[in-house]
Amino acid sequence: MRDKQRTDLAALLALVCAVVALFLANKYLDDYKIRIINLSGIYVTLGLSMNLINGFTGLFSLGHAGFMAVGAYTVALLTMPISMKEMNFFFQPIVPWLANVEVGFLPALLAAGLISAFLGVLIGAPVLRLRDDYLAIATLGFAEIIRVVFTNTQSLTNGALGLKGIPNYTNIWWSWGVAFITVWFVTSLIRGSYGKAFMAIREDEVAAQAMGINLFKHKVMSFAFASFFAGVAGGLLASLLGTIDPNMFRITLTFNILLIVVLGGLSRITGTVISAVVVTVMMEALRFLDESINLGFIEIKGVPGMRMVVFSIILILVVIVRKAGLMTRLKGRESSYAEN
Amino acid sequence: MLRIENLTMQFGGVVACSGLTAEVKPGQIVGLIGPNGAGKTTVFNVITGVYKPTAGRITFSPREGEQYQLVGLSPDHIAKLGICRTFQNIRLFSELSVLDNVFIGSHLRLRSSVFSSVLRLPRYTAEEKEHYEKSLYLLEKIGLQDFRDEKANSLPYGMQRRLEMARALATNPKLLLLDEPAAGMNPQETLELTEFIQEIKEEFELTVFLIEHHMEVVMEISEKIYVLDHGVLIAEGSPSEVQSNDKVIEAYLGVG
Repeated sequence: MRDKQRTDLAALLALVCAVVALFLANKYLDDYKIRIINLSGIYVTLGLSMNLINGFTGLFSLGHAGFMAVGAYTVALLTMPISMKEMNFFFQPIVPWLANVEVGFLPALLAAGLISAFLGVLIGAPVLRLRDDYLAIATLGFAEIIRVVFTNTQSLTNGALGLKGIPNYTNIWWSWGVAFITVWFVTSLIRGSYGKAFMAIREDEVAAQAMGINLFKHKVMSFAFASFFAGVAGGLLASLLGTIDPNMFRITLTFNILLIVVLGGLSRITGTVISAVVVTVMMEALRFLDESINLGFIEIKGVPGMRMVVFSIILILVVIVRKAGLMTRLKGRESSYAEN
Repeated sequence: MLRIENLTMQFGGVVACSGLTAEVKPGQIVGLIGPNGAGKTTVFNVITGVYKPTAGRITFSPREGEQYQLVGLSPDHIAKLGICRTFQNIRLFSELSVLDNVFIGSHLRLRSSVFSSVLRLPRYTAEEKEHYEKSLYLLEKIGLQDFRDEKANSLPYGMQRRLEMARALATNPKLLLLDEPAAGMNPQETLELTEFIQEIKEEFELTVFLIEHHMEVVMEISEKIYVLDHGVLIAEGSPSEVQSNDKVIEAYLGVG
């Protein structure tokens, strides 16, 4: 009893501290840093959403970039002012039913999540019957198909030209607000009976099914929630950047999220949050590795992409030395139950 | 309760079970015995829907007047109808806590939607509380209440077996299938197990169908025994009838 109250109090305290920190950051930091904070929030959402499928439900899915693309384009097309649409679609006019639509950010984000979740169910129905690496390949293929389709549907997505001038609604409160909602949602889901059923599927499918858990229904459920949040995060990203094109949503994007999830630990909520922030900040902080470095006596030529090598090495080390992730406590308490 | 008619299960050219007919009556403890590789676990896998039989019918009537054809149903559907099992090679949710293992057993009886679970609506929390109370009661029953926060795979072997039974009981079964519950247990533990099976049978009004290698266990608690050898039913009857059956002795001792 005391245990649960203490956890709730700690969570509340952490939330208050986070809000104050965000408030101060928003007031005193420059645009570049605020943008990194925004990105961190978006990556928290993405990391948790991927962890729900790959960590808690134990399904190896690599389709995140695809769901993000769907969300990003939904938000872009729904929030863009009508005049801006005309400017963007000079090559071929936009489909008439989208030409005169302009909605607020919140409904656009919700639409992004729902369309993405709907697509998740549609894709999930056939591919979730596959296991492990087959599932990974199928979902990876799905993400690539989305990208190729978006490149070629000129009158819907403006194709390879991309979309410019998407209104910048995303600020610290949006990106972190969504991140907090995701943390709450995933935590609450995992503590409940459905979340435990997800973990049971991860532990042993045969036993889970023998205990009456409908594997297909629960896998699709987990997949739909994850794609919902991936879609919303994609929408936030589109609105943060202001410019999107299909090539943004390549496998490398999914890889970045996977990196966050593995470093933070599969099935670790706190781990994912911390790792999302650390990885996003490091991605920027390590930018000097891509440029040439002058050590005084010797000059090292810059190699673009050098910082990714650092992350890859860290990832390899983690997988070899600490499979459970950097943030894992030795004894997991997430599953322990405190009587109310 | 359960009626198996002319059940045949072939894997390619291998006949794991051929023309089996058996019946389990409500409230009985029925044993299924036979030498290694006789096809006993296959019978369980067919009943629970893991395999679809090549031929035959399985009829399950959890209550008077209710009848279900099990062939073609999925394992989770069969579990919901009221048949639950344990596994020969223990299959617990090993990384989860002891309590969660039992708690997950109740999941199939949950009526609230996933959204009321996330939002923790009163309807859901009431159900969750009920499930937890039941799980704690079952843990107490099997004497594992002090280990409830331990990981399932950290328990010693005998406890894991008992935990599997508690998890199966959490699904509210009418018919409990036990696949070698006494495997790897010493005589003392075996004795406790037989008492335990009888006890839960009374308390939860169960019908029990069990596979067992330990002859003492089966002979002690079963009202009826079926003997399989190479997928064929070679004898059936009360323990004493089976014990004195020539074919059974032959199958077990290899006399011939």
